[in-house]
Amino acid sequence: MWKRILEIVRKEFRQAFREPRMRVLLFGPPLIQLIVFGYAVNLDVERTEIAWMDQDHSPASRELLAEFTSSGHFQVVAAPAGEQDVRDVLDYGRAQAVVRVSPGFGRDIDADRTATVQVLLDGSNSNTASIVSGQAAGIVSGYAGRVLGDRQRAALVAATMNTGQPAAIRMPTLRARTRVWFNPDLRSRNFYVPGVVVNIITLVTLMLTAMAIVREKEIGTMEQLMVTPIQPLELMLGKMLPFGVVGMLDVALVTAGALLVFHIPFRGSGLMLIGAAMLFLLTTLGAGLFISTVCQTQQQAIMASFFFFVPAFMLSGFAFPIRNMPLLAQAISFIDPVRWFMEIVRGVFLKGIGIRVLWPQMLALLIIGTTVLSTSALRFHKRLD
Amino acid sequence: MNRRRARAVARKELLHIVRDPISLIMAIAMPLVLLLLFGWALSLDVDRVPTWVYDADRTPQSRELIARFEASRFFQVAGYAGSQKAIEERIDRGQALLGLVILGDYSRRLALDKEAEVQVLLDGSDSNTAAIALGYVEAVVRAHAQALQARAQNLKLGRTVRPPVEARLRVWYNSELKSRNYIVPGLIAVILMIIAALLTSLTIAREWESGTMEQLLSTPLRPAEMVLGKLCAFFAVGLVDMVMAITVGVGVFRVPLRGSLLLLFFTGCLFLFGGLCWGILLSALARSQLLAYQLGVLTSFLPAFLLSGFVYAIENMPAPIRAVTYVVPARYFVTILKGIYLKGVGIGVLAAEIAFLAAYAAIVFLAATRAMRQKVA
Repeated sequence: MWKRILEIVRKEFRQAFREPRMRVLLFGPPLIQLIVFGYAVNLDVERTEIAWMDQDHSPASRELLAEFTSSGHFQVVAAPAGEQDVRDVLDYGRAQAVVRVSPGFGRDIDADRTATVQVLLDGSNSNTASIVSGQAAGIVSGYAGRVLGDRQRAALVAATMNTGQPAAIRMPTLRARTRVWFNPDLRSRNFYVPGVVVNIITLVTLMLTAMAIVREKEIGTMEQLMVTPIQPLELMLGKMLPFGVVGMLDVALVTAGALLVFHIPFRGSGLMLIGAAMLFLLTTLGAGLFISTVCQTQQQAIMASFFFFVPAFMLSGFAFPIRNMPLLAQAISFIDPVRWFMEIVRGVFLKGIGIRVLWPQMLALLIIGTTVLSTSALRFHKRLD
Repeated sequence: MNRRRARAVARKELLHIVRDPISLIMAIAMPLVLLLLFGWALSLDVDRVPTWVYDADRTPQSRELIARFEASRFFQVAGYAGSQKAIEERIDRGQALLGLVILGDYSRRLALDKEAEVQVLLDGSDSNTAAIALGYVEAVVRAHAQALQARAQNLKLGRTVRPPVEARLRVWYNSELKSRNYIVPGLIAVILMIIAALLTSLTIAREWESGTMEQLLSTPLRPAEMVLGKLCAFFAVGLVDMVMAITVGVGVFRVPLRGSLLLLFFTGCLFLFGGLCWGILLSALARSQLLAYQLGVLTSFLPAFLLSGFVYAIENMPAPIRAVTYVVPARYFVTILKGIYLKGVGIGVLAAEIAFLAAYAAIVFLAATRAMRQKVA
């Protein structure tokens, strides 16, 4: 039996590698995805372009500008002169925010009144807008604190000079000391690239398995295979094993790329990753097998893989947090194997946790994997007879 | 150019699509699934961050600080832990995103006019959520610090002290800061690209693989007529998808559409036309379905998804990638979509983007026709 399986495996490998284009297709997209998700996909807000409208022209307003530009978060790219200019700047997307200092800003501060700074944010990317508004509010608040501190010192000096005694006015203050775990620099790359590992292995094993079997159906060589002494089980294994191997190779390749090129931390156990990948493969190979029983043409196989893959991926917490989803969607993600594998991969890369914490996820993968694989195998078996 | 022949090809293509129910379902059901996902299930908004608190102080002062977090819509205090270790364990398990630790000397330090500290532990794995959550945490702590200071100053100096500078924030275009409002409009570009990338690029490659291309070549059909015929068929499918996407977006998900619907349609058709020509060009160059599909996904779908500004802002990308986005037509269409939906702007502001889409459509159409002619000859 094993000899026959080995023959099928060898045939698949030869078919795959004989065509030079296929060789590229097996390893090219993973690398490309790695580059794209490592570099392009970036939710971090680095340096925001803002417009500065100073209607006051006082030392205080210039000081505030200096605070903004020296923070490293902002870069002033425009100086609108009037209302229409402000509207144009935001409409045309020339800047993400407009900071307007109204006339009388400096005077208000000197007169111990509350001076206001208006910040208009382009909300068309609400994600960026949230981050930018936090940064802007922080800078203004820091500036306010400094002004307050200056005032208190002045009051102190005045009080001392009046009474001749040192007046110590200390205020209680509150500070937050923040420690960010797992990804201290908050680089979104650290979050996405481990997800790419999952992405690659799913795409490759799912689609190529489905297509390999359907192609034979389409071309007609499936009937030829049926005439041989090969058993359905051996055919299944022979078709799935090569792509399982390719999937694991891709995992190794992408992980190496992630560590060497992007310096993603890898704090957990490699063995854990391999074990989880193998469990996950049960599902994807099984799903590929299932798709091949439903489709007659390669085009349909491609579409079906896509149809299964995209929602599974979107609901997995790869880019969009599961916590934000409505309860029904969260329930659906419970049976999404990509979700569990994603948690394991991220846990291994970033958190350095092991089987002690991740056993529920591994168990989920095992249950889902064996269910999918056995259902598909039964269906494949029936179809073949 | 014989219109009758082109029409015949269009009819044949439509019959192909309609008769293959799986392809048809994919062409219509897939966009629906995407709409459902991005309109309903997926969001980047940061709300109700699961927070665990370890209060070692247990005084009215510490409870006052915790109450601020409880009152904020951005945080959800999920529980109180008995130790810092317990909080760390919860973060490890992913049950808490945020941990607050108030040490035992918190109220004492405040009473002595010293600086008190609240320790914040944040799970940084999801850097986006963490960065936004961090901003919110700092805002809450800042507000409380200012309140404490104001109270103390009132007591000591006997007069009310107000903050010297205040920031007034106003958000334009999307005041509720809902990520759905900017993702669903951009989704139209992605949906149209699926039609262009998957359906179209597979079609001619399939004809080569199954041998019907030779049959077509033996007819009096001219390459331009064939291209036009196929284009019309897939254009019809794309049009249906576009109408569906717009209707569902506005009707079901209540995404604001502030600009001109007519302009939206016109630019959508322009974008669809260009994308379809590109798909046909690809399928003419690639002989196998697999290759055509991979190329289609690589050059149409992925750029539309990742590099168009649909979800990931282009401003945040490194310079070389940003340069690449200039040749991605989806980037211009997403700008147009966001402009029409959220900003309510018109041709004046969007002229450059529209011009690019028109030029792109013209160039790719010519290239596709030429490629077909070469293949055929």
